[in-house]
Amino acid sequence: MRILTLAGRRLAASIPTLFLILIGVFVLLQFAPGDTVDALMAQMGGGDAETAKQLRQYYGLDVSAWAQLGNYLWRLVRLDLGFSAIYGKPVATVIAERLPATILLMTASLSLAFFFGLIFGVIAARGVNRWPDTLISTLGLVFYAMPTFWFGLMAIVVFSIYLQWLPAGGFEDITVARTGFARTLDIASHLVLPTLTLALFYMAIYLRIMRGSMLEVLTLDFVRTARAKGMDETRVVVRHVLRNALLPMVTLIGLQAGTMLGGSVVVESVFSLPGLGRLAYESVIQRDLNTLLGIVFVSALLVITVNFIVDLLYARLDPRITTGS
Amino acid sequence: MDMTRRAALLTSAAIASSVAFPMRSLFAQETPRKGGVFTVHYGAEQRQLNPSLQASTGVYIIGGKIQEQLVDLDEAGKPVGVLATSWEAAPDGKTITFKLRDGVKWHDGRPFTSADVQFTAMEMWKKILNYGTTLQLFLTAVDTPDPLTAVFRYERPMPLNLLLRALPDLGYISPRHIYEGKGDIRQNPANLAPIGTGPFKFVTYERGQHVIADRNADYWRPNAPHLDRIVWRVVTDRSAAAAQMEAGQIHYSPFSGLTISDAARLGKDKRFIVSTKGNEGNARTNTIEFNFRRKELADIRVRRAIAHALDIPFFIENFLGDFAKRGTGPVPSVSTDFYPADNGPQYPFDKKRAAALLDEAGFKAGAGGTRFSLRLLPAPWGEDITLFATFIQQSLADVGIRVEVVRTDGGGFLKQVYDEHAFDLATGWHQYRNDPAVSTTVWYRSGQPKGAPWTNQWGWTDETMDKIIDDAATEVDVAKRKALYGDFVRRANTELPIWTPIEQIFLTAISAKARNHSNTPRWGSSSWHDLWLAE
Repeated sequence: MRILTLAGRRLAASIPTLFLILIGVFVLLQFAPGDTVDALMAQMGGGDAETAKQLRQYYGLDVSAWAQLGNYLWRLVRLDLGFSAIYGKPVATVIAERLPATILLMTASLSLAFFFGLIFGVIAARGVNRWPDTLISTLGLVFYAMPTFWFGLMAIVVFSIYLQWLPAGGFEDITVARTGFARTLDIASHLVLPTLTLALFYMAIYLRIMRGSMLEVLTLDFVRTARAKGMDETRVVVRHVLRNALLPMVTLIGLQAGTMLGGSVVVESVFSLPGLGRLAYESVIQRDLNTLLGIVFVSALLVITVNFIVDLLYARLDPRITTGS
Repeated sequence: MDMTRRAALLTSAAIASSVAFPMRSLFAQETPRKGGVFTVHYGAEQRQLNPSLQASTGVYIIGGKIQEQLVDLDEAGKPVGVLATSWEAAPDGKTITFKLRDGVKWHDGRPFTSADVQFTAMEMWKKILNYGTTLQLFLTAVDTPDPLTAVFRYERPMPLNLLLRALPDLGYISPRHIYEGKGDIRQNPANLAPIGTGPFKFVTYERGQHVIADRNADYWRPNAPHLDRIVWRVVTDRSAAAAQMEAGQIHYSPFSGLTISDAARLGKDKRFIVSTKGNEGNARTNTIEFNFRRKELADIRVRRAIAHALDIPFFIENFLGDFAKRGTGPVPSVSTDFYPADNGPQYPFDKKRAAALLDEAGFKAGAGGTRFSLRLLPAPWGEDITLFATFIQQSLADVGIRVEVVRTDGGGFLKQVYDEHAFDLATGWHQYRNDPAVSTTVWYRSGQPKGAPWTNQWGWTDETMDKIIDDAATEVDVAKRKALYGDFVRRANTELPIWTPIEQIFLTAISAKARNHSNTPRWGSSSWHDLWLAE
């Protein structure tokens, strides 16, 4: 019951936020010179003014910006994301086609980053100021400082071009038709490098946070008490320290679900993945307002959902964090 | 950024003798292998794939394998019949009769007839197709006396030689039965799943991923095509495309799709051939457009001074490698039919002369040596344009003109230059399409409607030029037409409403396993019916 109340309250609070975000994006895009018809003309390599006028009418661009925004919000209330000018399909369909790649990439990277961030963080904290800590912290710093696209390209050079182990890009091999398990395996092999590329940066962050919070918790009184009771070190770390040190990590996941979508633009471009990040980028270039707003709407929902799950996890990890007061 | 000697040799050989040594003869002794999947780098996705509705290389690279045109260019660059077998013009130039190929079938099994030609010409070329609307402005009707004859009727004379050079790009035919009576032609689902008569049948288009077309077993050319399948892989990142070529995932990257440095690097690799061969019909010039609404730029001395202030050979040598050369005018040197013996005034690098011209025009250097400031908008079509914009900025600073570079994306560029006229200088590309009347003269002809991209929006009007352009467009006599375009080039270089200082041909990177490639002047856009892959 408590959880349901929490869920309801959180969702109610996020609706105005969602509308503010959408209006903000809409207004921002109005500042960009040119509209979707200009972008279309650029793509065609020429056309006459009459055609442009007809197209503007067709895409509903001949009315004022406020009327366009009003139309959009009114459609959204009825859960209609509109029609994409570039793709010639409903925005909902376009997004649904791109969502799997992004969700797959994000979940894989986030889990990888979280898992190894946690393990390396713990190892570093346990061996603080000795060689494991120095090695892990240095590597973490390197991954943190390295630009994602550069790492992606280097990974392609090493693993695809020289070693020929993994494909250099794409979501699956289309020259051969595969089904079932073979296809799953094929997609997985295509996702290895992008996942790694996207994950390393976040892993570096998690590792730092985990190391820091472990070190902090290790100095607290209850750890000393546990040790004094004669509990063995592994049990101290797993049952007492880890659980408390995880709190900041969980917070971070909630915050980073959003930034990860941004980071995926680069990774999706470098590895030619058909994801939401690249779709968003292309919609801006093509001034495809409906698609862009649709993506913003869906990613905002995504972030809200992740944050909601994080809140639940929080309550589970630390019972002091109650839902009410 | 040095190009290899091998690449340099390839290029100069390609430019000099594209006609004399067609690539095919090199492989003549080999027997074509049946089968294989050819993968193509597809850099920019299009809203639709029907070349009867949109003239651009982005559409031809896919649509041109599925749909066919009446006429294409052969290895020597001469018009050769595809869906048309012969043509004839009446002496007054107002009637042009095409005989059509017998026994050709659409991919859905229906026969191809003159009704398809009539529908496509009247409803698509004349009403929708960019550049087609201008080319076919005076087309009044297409008569179909029998299923294999199409008679084009024009209100004003249409030079046969212009039409034949325009049709390889602007002459693709669409199936009437798919489009007629099915509502708005622009929104027809077949635009994204084209049905044609070509060697390859459309299979699927996954947005953001790939387009696939398979061999057409009923193709009219005997023993063609050789390939089983073509896959166009959507790769928007240029470096990623080069990596995928090296990893063997892509066989072909057309139309300068790679960065200049990656192209140079792949050119050194035996597994690839990097050259301009097969793109002679896709020549382009780098341009500087002057906005005549600025009083400084309306003064011809200032425009000439700007031209004199740029060291073009230095820029080409250091930034573009060997794949570019000095431009001489709006008609590039690869245009054997129209390149004039005399191009009129040229503007060699001469900083002193530039400064003298500016002084003479009354724009003396003020405090800090600055005479006046200009806004320069570079088009975002390629890295050479971005580099050139910076080069212009630095060069003009030396003669006292301060330049602010304003970067935009495609939509923003067109809006500001062609609709709002919010520029002083603009720099981009002009793409030449085999005949100046197709897409070149509109850059110079006055009276273009505001908001029409790639037309004269500079505020330049010149009656002499307008008359030359209009006369040449309807001149039926081949020699007289050529002479008129000579006048056109000389006038353009004298008055300088646009300067065309650099000439380039698109660069192709292709796997050395490919055979029968690059054997026509617009090969990237052609049908690839004879292309095959060696083991």
